[in-house]
Order: sequence, then C-alpha cells, then structure tokens
Amino acid sequence: MPLDTSYVQKTLKQVGTRPLRPDGLDKVTGRARFGADYNAPGQLIALVLRSPHPHARIRKIDTSKAEKLAGVKAIITSADLPDLTNGDRNMRDMLENCMARKKVLYDGHAVAAVAAIDVTTARKALKLIKVDYEILPHVTDVDEALKPSAPVIHDDVFTDGVEPKPTKPSNNNKRASFGHGDVAQGFREADVVVEHSFKTEQTHQGYIEPHSCVANVSPDGTGELWVCTQGHFVYRNQCAALLGMDISRLRVTASEIGGGFGGKTHIWTEPVALALSRKANRPVKLTMSREEVFRCSGPTSSTSIDMKIGAKKDGTITAAHGVLRYHGGAFPATWAEFGAMTAFACYDLKNVKSDSIEVIVNRPKTAAYRAPSAPMAAFAVESVMDELARKIGMDPVDFRIKNAAKEGTKSSYGPVYGPIGIGATLEAAKNHPHMKAPLGKNQGRGMACGFWFNFGGQTCTDINVTPDGTVTVAVGTIDVGGSRASIGLIVAEELGIPYDHVRVVIADTSTLGHNDMTDGSRGTFSTTMACVAASRNVVKELGKRAAKMWDIPEDAVVWEDGHAKPAGSNAGNFPPLSIREIAAGAGNTGGPIAGHNEMVADGAGVSFATHICDIEVDPETGRSSVKRYTVIQDAGKAVHPTYVEGQYQGGAVQGIGWALNEEYIYGKDGRLQNAGFLDYRIPVCSDLPFIDTMILEIPNPNHPYGVRGVGETSIVPPLATVANAMSNATGVRMTHIPMSPPRVLKAIDALKKH
Amino acid sequence: MSGVFVSTTINGDSVEFSCAADEPLLDVLRNRLGMTGSKEGCGTGDCGACSVTVNGRLVCSCLVLGAEVGGATIETIEGMADGDVLHPLQKNFISHAALQCGICTPGFLIAAKALLDKNPDPSEEEIRFGLAGNLCRCTGYDKIVRAVQATSKEMRGA
Repeated sequence: MPLDTSYVQKTLKQVGTRPLRPDGLDKVTGRARFGADYNAPGQLIALVLRSPHPHARIRKIDTSKAEKLAGVKAIITSADLPDLTNGDRNMRDMLENCMARKKVLYDGHAVAAVAAIDVTTARKALKLIKVDYEILPHVTDVDEALKPSAPVIHDDVFTDGVEPKPTKPSNNNKRASFGHGDVAQGFREADVVVEHSFKTEQTHQGYIEPHSCVANVSPDGTGELWVCTQGHFVYRNQCAALLGMDISRLRVTASEIGGGFGGKTHIWTEPVALALSRKANRPVKLTMSREEVFRCSGPTSSTSIDMKIGAKKDGTITAAHGVLRYHGGAFPATWAEFGAMTAFACYDLKNVKSDSIEVIVNRPKTAAYRAPSAPMAAFAVESVMDELARKIGMDPVDFRIKNAAKEGTKSSYGPVYGPIGIGATLEAAKNHPHMKAPLGKNQGRGMACGFWFNFGGQTCTDINVTPDGTVTVAVGTIDVGGSRASIGLIVAEELGIPYDHVRVVIADTSTLGHNDMTDGSRGTFSTTMACVAASRNVVKELGKRAAKMWDIPEDAVVWEDGHAKPAGSNAGNFPPLSIREIAAGAGNTGGPIAGHNEMVADGAGVSFATHICDIEVDPETGRSSVKRYTVIQDAGKAVHPTYVEGQYQGGAVQGIGWALNEEYIYGKDGRLQNAGFLDYRIPVCSDLPFIDTMILEIPNPNHPYGVRGVGETSIVPPLATVANAMSNATGVRMTHIPMSPPRVLKAIDALKKH
Repeated sequence: MSGVFVSTTINGDSVEFSCAADEPLLDVLRNRLGMTGSKEGCGTGDCGACSVTVNGRLVCSCLVLGAEVGGATIETIEGMADGDVLHPLQKNFISHAALQCGICTPGFLIAAKALLDKNPDPSEEEIRFGLAGNLCRCTGYDKIVRAVQATSKEMRGA
C-alpha cells in the first residue's frame, strides 16, 4: 500500500527531542573512517598531472619516460577513457572534465594520471610526462566572456533559448526567462524605482576533507570504489557509464564525509582512479591535495546581476526585473536559471521578470554550493529592496512584510504556494530583541530574506528487526550532518521503541536500490519519508506475527507503544506482545521481520528564512567584523532541533565568509592565485560571535511529520544581510561581494569625495 | 631511499618507525602507524585538522617531520579517551553537537585540550582565539565554543 504522505498532527514522544547522534563517539575518538582513511592491500598511489594553462590545445602527451620509471604501474590519458557517452552532452562534459581531451579548459584541468608504488615515485613520474600545448587566449570574467571579442571556449555551443538559434558559437550556452505580468507597465505605475548592478566573486564550498577514493577493478570486470561523496549511487551510475561497466558490477561504499555542501555531488577523480586500477590490475588510491581541491573541483559561479524594482509610496511593489549572468565554469550549465527562479520567490508580485544568461569561462566546472545560485540573486534583490524601503520611508521589515508571498501566491518561478513561512519569519524578525538592540559607533544593522526550493527524489530503504527486537535501518542517503539521528528518531517514533534500539547505517550500492544523492536538502526529508513507509510495513508484519501467535485474525491486532495488542475485547484477552517477544519467535511465525520501501519523495516543502546582522566597520582600514547575527527559519518540523540549529549556524557563517572574505582570484595569466586556506580565507572562530537561531515550524503538508529541508536556505540571506548592514554602517550601497577591506575602503573613500 | 629510524612515545606507548627524511609526522601517523584519527585538510598548516601535541606543545603534524620526533612524547586523538571513559571535551562535543561532519573534530579536540591545559578558565574571546588555528566549515563554531565553555566549567567543578 502506498504511503499516505499527508501531514498529520499528533503528540510526539521522540521526534523533536535531542538525543546523542549515533556516529558521535566514532567522530570524537578518531575511529570514524573518512575518504582518505580507507586503504586496500597492495594499493598504488595515484597523482594527476594538471594543466598550468587556462586554455590550450593539447598537441601531444609523451608518457614514455614516465612509463619507464621503476615503480610506475599505470599511466592514463584521455585515450584510456574512450568516449562512450553516445551524444549525451552532460556525460561527455563530465568525462572531459575528468580528463582533458583535445583542449585544456582551465588552470588545473587534468591531462594525465599516474599510479605508482608510492607517492614519491608518482611525483617523479608526473615530472617526466611531457605535454606539448598550443596556448590559446582565455577569459575568466563572467562579463568579459559575453563580449563579442572574447575567445570562444567551445566551438559547438550555440545559445539555447534564443529564436532564431544563433549560427555562431559563443560562451553563452543558454538564456531563459521567468515571471508573469507586464513589467514595463508595472514600472510605469511605480512612484520610486531603484536599479543597481551587482557582482559576486567565485567561492568554494570549502569542505575540510579533500576528495579521496580507493578504486579496485578486477580483471573479471567487477569493481569496488570507496569514496567520500554525497551520493554513492550517482557516482556508481556515472562511473560505470564512463568506464563502460555494467552498473551492477561496480559496488560503491561511501565513507564518512568530511563536508560537501554540494561540492561532492560530482565525479572528478573517481573515473580516473578506476581507469588506473583497471590498467594496473591493482587497487589505486587517489586523494586530492588542498590546492587541487581549489583549482579543480567544483566551486560556485561568479555572477553579474542587474536588478530593478519599483514600488508605490504605500510600499506596494509594482514591478521587479532582474538580469542574471552566472558562469558554469568551462562547460555549459544552467546555474543562472536557479538564480533567476529563486530571485523573487519571497514576494507576492504582480509584475515580475527574471532573465538568466549562462556563461562559459576558463574556470573549473561549477558545482552545486548549498542552495546553488540563490545567495547571489538574493544579494541583488534584497539590496535593492532595502534601498527602496529607505527611499519610500518605510521600515525595511515592514516593506517586506507588506509584499511577502503567502499561501496561494503565484510564485515568480511558476508554482502556487501552499502554506509557507516567509511572513512568519519576517514577523519574528520584527519582534526579535536583536532588532531593537542599540548600535555602537561605526556599526550598522541589516536584514534580508532568502528562499530555497528543497528537493525530494528517489529513495530506497530497508528496516530489519533483529532477533532481540532492536532494529537496523539501511538507508542510501549520505549523512552529511546528523541525519542518522533524525532518521533514528522517526523510526523509533513510528515503531514505539527507544531511540537507542534503532541503528541507522548507510548501505553500499549493492545492498539497496538507487538513491539520489544528499542534495537539495533532501536527506532528512526524503529518507524519513521512506522510513515512515518502511516502518509501517514493519508494524504490519509485526501485527501479522502477533495474530499468528495468538491465533486471531490479523485485523484484530493493533500496534501501540512498541507492542502488539488485541484490537478490543472481542479479539481476545491477551497481554501485549513486545517487539522483542515477537522478534524472538519470528523463526516460528514466518521468518525474519523486515520492512522495505522505495519511492520518489515528492512534495518537498519550500523554505524561507530571515536573517539579521550587526556589523562594525573600521573606517580607516575597511576591516569589518560581525557583532551579532540572528537566523530565523522555517523548518517545517525540526526532527532533531540541535542539528537544525547547526544547519542554520553553519549556513549563516559560510554566507558571512562569502560576504566578507572569500573569493577566487585569477591573475591575468588565467591562473588561480589563492589555491589554499591561507590566501582563500574562510571564517575562523575568532572572526565570529555566537549565531542566534530561531526555529519556526510551519508543517510541510506533504510529509507525515511536516518536515521541510533545512540544510540550504540558511546560506541564502547572509550576502544581502551583511551587505545591508555594511551599507547602513558606511552610508554607501555595497554592490560587489566579497566586501573585503580594500573594497569597503574604496567605497568609503569614494563617498567622501562626493 | 634512505630512511630515518625513530623511537618515540605516542599516547604513552613506545613506538618505533622508519620514515623518509622529508616525511611529515602526519603521514607517519596515518600511513605507517595506522593512526588515521589525525586528518589532512590542507597539508600546509592552515586548517588544524592534523593537530597533535609534541612534548605538550600544540602543532600541526603536517608541518613536523617524522624524523624530528625521536624521544618525544606525542599525544593524538587516539589517546584522548581513558579506555572507555571519554575526556570531558569529547563527551561535551557530542552532547553539544559541536560536530556535524566530524572531519575537523579530532584537531579541535586536541587544540581545545591544549588550551584548557594552559588556561583552565578561558574567556569566550580566549577560546575563540585559542581555536582560531582550526577550521570548521559546518558548525559556524557556535556549538564548539559552547562545548569548550561547558567543559571548562565542568573540569573546574564550577
């Protein structure tokens, strides 16, 4: 029977409590095994040779000297990864990103790889590989890449979404538009119009664990891969496709993951390690260095955004229009679309339009980064909103409340909203003590809103009742930040057994059906949904077994508080049977007791947040520091509130880093100049105050417990929140992220000159 | 390759190993001694995930050579708990949810212990600066600072 996924309000005994996480002990004692902690007997160490040029044709790769070096067991180039992608552009790009084919497209693009008996030998071998490059002109800036004079990176990319389709290739692979109403008319009706252009620089997810895998391909064509990933099933499917293996022959085991934030949703080194292992007939371990992580994994887009919003004096927005240019790195992508879809999602707008322009540049292939593309769009929208409120003389919170989307609003990207939390987060912000606290000298306060879609996706789960009545739950979604605790709580609640009687494990790819990766804030939402269904299948089976033990009809048994009970006095007078008693007798009543579920978890609940920030700026140096920060976000239902708070705090701080410090700096030579944590500075403990959180719970009607995703939305408002605070502190509108000290100082000096 | 023979003490145990002259202590721990609790986040001393103490001094083990630690006393995350009794920091990191992914956790615990050993009653600011050499990307540091505060209080019997 399919699960009725509708939200049902009920008294909860375990969901919403804060038990210890099951993987905590292993992680505080050093026992937990992350990607690089795996080793296979007889393994080789692999290293990748990477392009020093941002754009060049590969004339020739000579590996002959390296092959002769003692201890080198395999060398591969693109010739060892033949194109099996059958016209699938996305897969071909993925293959080409793993190993350059005719051209290198960015600084750090892989051109060859070596597997050797140790790292010293592998390093020597890399130096012996000679690559003959024909250097080509390059472009790394999102606006420069759109100019007619820019070097065209792919000669087979013609802009989609333009009629008639261009006949000349360009670096703009797609355009699209979202919205409704008549924007031109709306601007004519406005009393005040504010318009600005914004730029945001490229940032990296900055997970502390570099990518690492061990690949072991056997001569019979089967293979195993141990890897840190947000989606081992997806990695399996993609690696198998690129290597021409049957999917069932590749077994992928996910390690504990040392942070991902979207950055471990793409394959880079895994097909390379598998190809090396296949060639060498030995296990191969391939770990990226931190420099490689920065240069050639998948950071986010840099952007260039034009934003225009008009309103009447009473605060009603009459029209909003944005043009959003996002780069996808060196390959076609659709990141600007996400920006365009999310930009105006917080508001109820009569006339709204957002245009997305996708741009290709000589930078690494962009990957998802926590609510991908939404923070930059929110930065532009919320900055203009703040200025508009000021110009019409309204409080910025009241201005947003007046225009906030609500249940029944047709969103700017299409769907009509069900029950949503933007209004509630704004009301909470308005009444929050933070809003009323006095500010000191050189301090400013800002606030802003953010939205993320959230996602459901394919999910497959097994629950097994062990002979002593404790339960194992096998899930296929990676735990990136405590989801095993949430899943354990939901299963314990459903079965009516203690939380510590439920053990949740992440199963390998040969044990469960396909699971989409942990992205789109789907981990807890989709997995708990499948676990509710699987738990109910378990309960049904437990009831059947009790009926058998009592010799009464199945429908005369009910399940309450972890026990089977007769449904009423007519059913018979039996003392309740515990799960332990039923499990102990399973061998005589039909064998092991289990529950399974597979589903597409539709109905992810959209998520909204409002943030408040106080910042202090030193007008002499432009240096700034966040003094107070508050996150207010709708969780739908916080299954484990402590870890929900953790998601809010972590997202906010990543956003603060993005707003103030973090940026990829490319030189004129197209090379990344700050590929390390010293020069790419993420926030440290001493940069920050405590991050206050407020969890609102507006149930998602499409989940039995009302759960929405919580992982991503928290990074959407900070760029704008911090920028509004900075603008209020300095008196000058900040339009370029990050607001690093030199940029702030320049803005302050420019203001003084006027 | 000429190796260096080293006798040292790790978590109270006498340990002997051979390593290359240019081999970081972190690689010795992880690759030669199977002690993978210390993590490599950067290999350049910027992230603190490989923090250990050598003769009581907090160091990034990626910046210390294996060849340098002859006769030293080294403490790593594997030695922090006393058998099955967790150090109060370990216990409080779990109970305060001071970890999400957990990759930075061993380094933070070692650094926090070194901090509390020197300064049993640190202010919030002293904790924040004391841990500024360790990067965490998940938590925003909030719950880490709170866990250290709670531990300081507990260990002082306050």
